[in-house]
Amino acid sequence: MSAIPHDHAVGHAADHHDDHGHHPTGIMRWITTTNHKDIGTLYLLFSLTMFFVGGCMALTIRAELFQPGLQIVHPEFFNSLTTLHGLIMIFGAIMPAAVGFANWQVPLMIGAPDMAFARMNNWSFWLLPPAALMLVGSFFVPGGAAAGGWTLYPPLSVQAGMGMDLTIFAVHIMGASSIMGSINIITTILNMRAPGMTMMKMPLFVWTWLITAYLLIAVMPVLAGSVTMLLTDRHFGTSFFNAAGGGDPVLFQHVFWFFGHPEVYIMILPSFGIVSQIIPTFARKPLFGYASMVYAVASIAILSFIVWAHHMFTVGMPAAGLLFFMYATMLIAVPTGVKVFNWLATMWKGSMTFETPMLFAIGFLFLFTMGGFTGLVLALTPIDIQLQDTYYVVAHFHYVLVAGSLFAFFGGAYYWLPKWTGTMYNEKLGQWHFWCSMIFFNITFFPMHFLGVAGMPRRIPDYAQQFADWNMVATVGAFGFGLSQLIFVVALIKCIRGDGVKAPAKPWEGADTLEWTVPSPAPYHTFETPPVVQ
Amino acid sequence: MVRNQWEHRALTRMLAKGRAGLAALAALAPGMAFARLEYDLQPPVTPIAQQMYDLNVYIFWICVIIFCAVFGVMFYSIFKHRKSVGHKAVQFHENTTVEIIWTVIPFLILLGMAWPATKTILAMRDTSASDITIKVTGYQWKWGYDYIQDGFGFYSNLSTPLAQIENREKKGDNYLLEVDQPMVVPIGAKVRILVTAGDVLHSWSVPAFGVKQDAIPGFVRDTWFKAEKVGTYRGQCSELCGKEHGFMPVVVEVKSKEDYAAWVAVQKTKVAAAADDPSKVWTVADLTAKGAEIYAANCVACHQANGKGVPGAFPALDGSKIVTGPLPAQIALVLAGKPGTAMPAWKQLSNADIAAVITYTRNSWGNHTGEAVQPAQVVAARKEQ
Repeated sequence: MSAIPHDHAVGHAADHHDDHGHHPTGIMRWITTTNHKDIGTLYLLFSLTMFFVGGCMALTIRAELFQPGLQIVHPEFFNSLTTLHGLIMIFGAIMPAAVGFANWQVPLMIGAPDMAFARMNNWSFWLLPPAALMLVGSFFVPGGAAAGGWTLYPPLSVQAGMGMDLTIFAVHIMGASSIMGSINIITTILNMRAPGMTMMKMPLFVWTWLITAYLLIAVMPVLAGSVTMLLTDRHFGTSFFNAAGGGDPVLFQHVFWFFGHPEVYIMILPSFGIVSQIIPTFARKPLFGYASMVYAVASIAILSFIVWAHHMFTVGMPAAGLLFFMYATMLIAVPTGVKVFNWLATMWKGSMTFETPMLFAIGFLFLFTMGGFTGLVLALTPIDIQLQDTYYVVAHFHYVLVAGSLFAFFGGAYYWLPKWTGTMYNEKLGQWHFWCSMIFFNITFFPMHFLGVAGMPRRIPDYAQQFADWNMVATVGAFGFGLSQLIFVVALIKCIRGDGVKAPAKPWEGADTLEWTVPSPAPYHTFETPPVVQ
Repeated sequence: MVRNQWEHRALTRMLAKGRAGLAALAALAPGMAFARLEYDLQPPVTPIAQQMYDLNVYIFWICVIIFCAVFGVMFYSIFKHRKSVGHKAVQFHENTTVEIIWTVIPFLILLGMAWPATKTILAMRDTSASDITIKVTGYQWKWGYDYIQDGFGFYSNLSTPLAQIENREKKGDNYLLEVDQPMVVPIGAKVRILVTAGDVLHSWSVPAFGVKQDAIPGFVRDTWFKAEKVGTYRGQCSELCGKEHGFMPVVVEVKSKEDYAAWVAVQKTKVAAAADDPSKVWTVADLTAKGAEIYAANCVACHQANGKGVPGAFPALDGSKIVTGPLPAQIALVLAGKPGTAMPAWKQLSNADIAAVITYTRNSWGNHTGEAVQPAQVVAARKEQ
């Protein structure tokens, strides 16, 4: 399957720079592009933008919570901020970043010339900006943005104004984008691998994305279904979630979390993949248990479908339900543990160096495991009864999503920036970025564990006096964390402008995947003649 | 058996102290001093909450041990197996035996965690053989308590003054955790709680009792507790329920058996007194005065003290066509609510209360209808519904 129709003579194609002549330039290059590298860049820059938009919302939330009492925002606007912060970070920052990595790296790592469906690839990306505009724009419609939490639980979300409708449509559009992206990734991986690259020779990043793409295809339609039911309950007189009409508000929670829990793994599996590339490179030895890593990812993905109701331990399930979902949830700790142990065994007796990508990978390993411990605590129903809907949960999912997914993405960005831009990032800036992020992250989120066990509910704009001290600490940390991310922007701009050491084709001594066999920056078209993998 | 239990408690208390020490160390690290640092579950006062507390301490220490083992290995490796100290990479990989070992051991640890948790879950869900049943209803944004066996009920509203929330006054000790009328239960009785909601989801939660139960409109869920210590216990709504979600605390007073009986007797006489004569004719002034209280307790969160509402979200009453228009339409709307909006049905209020609050809205701010609404009119309107 040849991805890009090519009318060049074979001999001519050797000079890749000629291809630019046939492309529109300026803004039209980006709007009409079907090149996986361009689209990867678009995804990553979009995600970075949304990361700062969502980050500003988070900082407004933290500013309001700096002290007890209402100071900065009204309660309803506060609820909109928590809702949109969640939606934007999940659907606007983390997921598009993962797809951006896949666009750049999957073809390069399996020796394919481009993605399988190049035009659909363009469309999957360009659906996102309108969706993001609808989300952000919903702040300006009558009644304000959705304020029922990112989980959109009815009946509260049925009461809301038209901001909720905009959110529902945005979720539909982003879901369509994710499904198209997933179809593309699956087709590319299954059909376009270089000769000799069997499934069990694929880099782990490719494996994790293959499994993630299947998860996306399985659950995004479920999310679309649940928000569509919400839409018809709101406007067309149905009663899916209205007890007075024979429905059940809890039905929404079951359907939503049937999407929502696999979604958690959709956000973390690509990060597992990135970390699994970085650690062997900087330990200068192969991944300890490649096969068991693949099996562990697959088991996590399968288990993710049978644990959803652990998000609902307080809705009043029968004891048998509580027990089943508790046991199933605890089981996830086994394959997750296997992954952590394999990463450690990969580091063991290596010859490690600690450039920025490795620092972020180790930061990931350390903090993600902490998030794993709190996940185990929350899995135990009796403790969860105390901690459900408190700041402990907020701490837990920020440990796995910020220190988990996001740190791995930063690691991946520093790891591959030399390949993408042809310029080495500034190591000093990278180290500063890592250490500031690491320290401020913990100042922000570690105290939230204490707030949670002490009983502070999440999603409240004001709180009782005994929560005051830790909230103040968390707010200070949050502003530090937010400002630290500007270091990344500086490092990124320096790379893009070519301000730095020119990167060789393989800047990392221990790297051995296919992307390091092409020059840096990667030419516009690569692997037009597939490489042969031994 | 008793001795064992006490030893067990002493042990968990000791472990908990150790944990507090760790947490305090963590807190001191940035070199900051705080007056009050909260880092533990609230002191349990029911057997179930005690089990949850103990389980949490137990799991905490298992996690600490695993943490030390795993990261001990990692940091040892980071310091010893680095290129800068001249360590050469040893190219080993793939070992099925090792993989099996680190799959089986965590599994066994999980079994050790699941066993006590399972026992607590079974105890926690057993709501049979209760002594008292109280129905708890979540509303936007207050709690309703109905003592089903004794035939009385009341609402419980946040009593923290707005001036404290808006930082115009010094905040009290129980800022945001105080109500006008708390739920009252006797010590040592198994209290079964039936939880439901009138509008959106809420969650009734008292950490010291180890109870958190979502309130679901249209469905009744149950839970229970048996408080073993007299005192006042505080919690908060724990499911996002809209604008005032952070302002609907749960307060439960546990009283001795005698005090509880006396309290029930007082409540019953109040009910008798409140069963007002629907044929009594009130003056506008009396109705407006009573209506102001009802308005402050039930309506002000949305429609605001100045009657202007919140543009785009909650409609204004000041100058409203309904409030200044024909009376029957307004009575019907208050009784039935407006489906699909935040306006709930208020039919649970007494006839006098509804008459008073409607009179208040028709004679406040810029509204000057001069009309007095009598309880008898509300009775008539109820019949039509």
